[in-house]
Amino acid sequence: MTERKQSALSLGEKIRRQEIRVKEAVDAAYQKISESEPQIHAFLTLTEEYAYRRAEEVQKGIQEGRYTGPLAGVPIAVKDNICTAGIRTTCASKMLGDFVPPYSATAFSLLEEAGAILVGKTNMDEFAMGSTTETSAFGVTRNPHNPEHVPGGSSGGSCAAVAAGETFLAVGSDTGGSIRQPSSYCGVTGLKPTYGTVSRSGLIAYASSLDQIGPIGTNIADCAAMLEILAKQDAADSTSMDRSDLVGITQAAARADESLKGFRVGIPQEYLSSQIQPQVRDAVEAAAKALAERGAEVEIFSLSMTDYVIPTYYLIACAEASSNLERFDGVKYGYRAAAYKGLHEMYKKSRSEGFGEEVKRRIMLGTFVLSSGYYDAYYLKALRAKALLKKEFDEAFAKYDILIGPAAPTTAPKIGTSLQDPILMYLSDIYTVAVNLAGLPGLSMPWGKDENGLPVGIQLIGDCFQERKLFRAAACLEEDRPSAKNTVSEKSACDGIGR
Amino acid sequence: MGKQYETVIGLEVHIELSTKTKIFCGCATTFGKGANTQICPVCAGMPGALPVLNRQVVRYALAMGLALNCHVNQLCKFDRKNYFYPDNPQNYQISQLYLPICQDGYLEIPAGAGTKKVRIHELHMEEDAGKLIHDEWADCSLADFNRSGVPLIEIVSEPDMRSADEVIAYLEQLRKIAQYLGISDCRLQEGSMRADVNLSVREVGSSVFGTRTEMKNLNSFKAIMHAIEGERERQIELLEEGKAIIQETRRWDDNKESSRSMRSKEDAKDYRYFPDPDLPPVHIPDAWITELREKQPEFAEHRASRYQAEFGLSESDARQITEYKNLADIFEKTVKLSGNARKTANWLTGETFRLAREKGIALESVSIIPKDFLTFLGEVENGNLNNQAAKKVFEAMLLEGCEPLAYMQEHQLKTVRDTGLLEKTVQDVLAQNPKAVEEFSQGKEKVFGFLVGNVMRQMRGKAAPDEVGKMLREKLAELAK
Repeated sequence: MTERKQSALSLGEKIRRQEIRVKEAVDAAYQKISESEPQIHAFLTLTEEYAYRRAEEVQKGIQEGRYTGPLAGVPIAVKDNICTAGIRTTCASKMLGDFVPPYSATAFSLLEEAGAILVGKTNMDEFAMGSTTETSAFGVTRNPHNPEHVPGGSSGGSCAAVAAGETFLAVGSDTGGSIRQPSSYCGVTGLKPTYGTVSRSGLIAYASSLDQIGPIGTNIADCAAMLEILAKQDAADSTSMDRSDLVGITQAAARADESLKGFRVGIPQEYLSSQIQPQVRDAVEAAAKALAERGAEVEIFSLSMTDYVIPTYYLIACAEASSNLERFDGVKYGYRAAAYKGLHEMYKKSRSEGFGEEVKRRIMLGTFVLSSGYYDAYYLKALRAKALLKKEFDEAFAKYDILIGPAAPTTAPKIGTSLQDPILMYLSDIYTVAVNLAGLPGLSMPWGKDENGLPVGIQLIGDCFQERKLFRAAACLEEDRPSAKNTVSEKSACDGIGR
Repeated sequence: MGKQYETVIGLEVHIELSTKTKIFCGCATTFGKGANTQICPVCAGMPGALPVLNRQVVRYALAMGLALNCHVNQLCKFDRKNYFYPDNPQNYQISQLYLPICQDGYLEIPAGAGTKKVRIHELHMEEDAGKLIHDEWADCSLADFNRSGVPLIEIVSEPDMRSADEVIAYLEQLRKIAQYLGISDCRLQEGSMRADVNLSVREVGSSVFGTRTEMKNLNSFKAIMHAIEGERERQIELLEEGKAIIQETRRWDDNKESSRSMRSKEDAKDYRYFPDPDLPPVHIPDAWITELREKQPEFAEHRASRYQAEFGLSESDARQITEYKNLADIFEKTVKLSGNARKTANWLTGETFRLAREKGIALESVSIIPKDFLTFLGEVENGNLNNQAAKKVFEAMLLEGCEPLAYMQEHQLKTVRDTGLLEKTVQDVLAQNPKAVEEFSQGKEKVFGFLVGNVMRQMRGKAAPDEVGKMLREKLAELAK
């Protein structure tokens, strides 16, 4: 096993061996945050009081043998659409600007039980709707590799925090690429697990049938460690599954196989189209070559449903979103307009003022496609397209262990360019949304940089419940990629402590 | 001479299931608790909260569906019905539209001398909404979510009923079945059973339906009867005047005893139903269907005929007792102990119904411990309780759950069997009422009752009436000599 200097696991190990105190790790995280935040703005809420209190409890727990897990005492960041009891959870929306949830998401509770320390809640596109973190009601997050560029979205804050070295690990959510695309833009590693792997209880829903929580880190093994904590079947989520097959995945992901003989890799030809930025296509091809050099069989095939994934995704996601966001009405919690006459005006004004443009656009779109007379033509048709897509993936996975392609067609665009043309922005989701529609696991990892110094990412896609195969390939690629070092910040939270 | 019209009625009946916990969370369903004391993130519609189906709700709905002879969709789904209202915390209600749990059944109702089949279109599961309290003094509205998420089944009939009587018979039949299955207490007043009436009229002999209206907010059988009569007349009047009936939803006002239009078909709500992505499809195992079919209780009609055959009850007594499952249970258990069916039945049909009516208590909540009932019947039988005292004891037993012997002791209700005292009292009464004695001797039998009453009063009701009568006749005979 190679020594990983800048990783959550190595920090966790030092904390467990009591070479570093939990408080020191938290200090280092806040030190880095205070340096980076003025420029990056990855966080919406910093939780110093909570973090230092937990640091003491976890330190004591480690000494008493109550916290023995690999992430005990390790600072983490959590996307602001995941409920944290007693800690403001805003979804980056004016609508929930002052919302303090009375309960915690299962995912967050599991991380707390594992001793991970929340240092703050991260910025995102409002209600996870967007690909740049620019739709946040509380300001943009900037890409740590180049502050003129977006970090991607919607988990832009979580990815930027990890890329800037503010924390080694962060939690994101992915409905149509919201972990993988910003991971690609920020040069970090992110996993969208198989639908049902991580409980959605307490994740503020965007599109329930597609939403999935997942880890974002600097490397595969760290992500595996977080996944192993998160992948617990939850009685509070009816769509949650038993993933006891993932026990031990952390150790497995930390070791790269010498040989990938017999491992079959497919590249959808549609994922190498001419619209892709050349460096991105080069990266996919280089990664495929690296796998082939280890003995994998690589083949190009056609995923013909690719043309239909964008409309299918936006129809289903917006339909569900229009219903999921109905509860934000100014009655029970969240934003209520200051002046109104009667119930209907209260609803109208509260929602008009509380939601941003992109959220309103998707609510309107979703409301339209569910309306009587349009339901069959749009929503039902989209469900049929989804079923056909799943069938095509099933056929592909009968032939291949994993698929490889880009996470996004380009590297991170400049701030202020994407929202001018929402359709163009939607089209850039083409390589990520299919994974959500089919419920598959998808992993994004960095593979070099473009001429502007912006990270290039690749995506590995597995069949349902086949995260192990993704980790197996990713661990190899992590060793084989051109330069792993230049993808994360030179100076990070582990520097200068416990040497 | 005017035309003859026929009323065509279909019902949508909501029945609140008596599960201990709500349909999608673990909150209690107890009625009448302090506002918002039985809520959690799920039933209060907090961000991120997810529904988890209560299996017991499925079993209850299935039991009802089987009793209504329905086809069971062994793969059924939940859908979201989207509409904004403050008592609906998510602003969508989780219900079933596309694949309800049960479809295509029927219910037999008594009609005239025979029975009639009312077809059931479907039975589906859904969640109840909360309640709004409008405070006019403070000019504000408050929301109580205790009822939010309480499980309901909605039973939709085909338009097979033709009169208010048939509607009431149908509702009574549904209530009895639900009560015998033990899946609901079906109290109209508390809202645990609610009915919306779809009604149209047409000329007798016509084979096409007229335009229908839907009436809501009917909280009692009386309201349902009046609403049906009123709506029938309103529609006939419109037709006679050559006007069109508008397809609309009308709201019944109990105080005004009339309905008014809520919304017409044109502005009917578009609920944008779609499958709830938070709830996977429900698979109903064969074993459940077999088990519930086997465990199906003996329903009211069957029990009533058995009571006639087995215990020799009259048809009306048998029907009255089986009207409410709890009464039938009390009857059977007591008879098993006492062996005296007729006397048990008499107290249940007579005093029980009278007390319920006078004290305004729901018959379905009446309970008597069979062992106490047995003791009570024994005391009446061996003469320790005269009729008047017996009624007092029965009332205490029924209303307060008192143990009869203890109650008799406490209130000194046991019949006095002291012939010396009785003889003295009778002599006193005769001495005090010479005029009555005189009249009796002249053959006025009527005054005998007056004398008995006087004796009873002086003995404070504790004498055995037969003994009083016997003693009086003896003494009067002596005086006449």
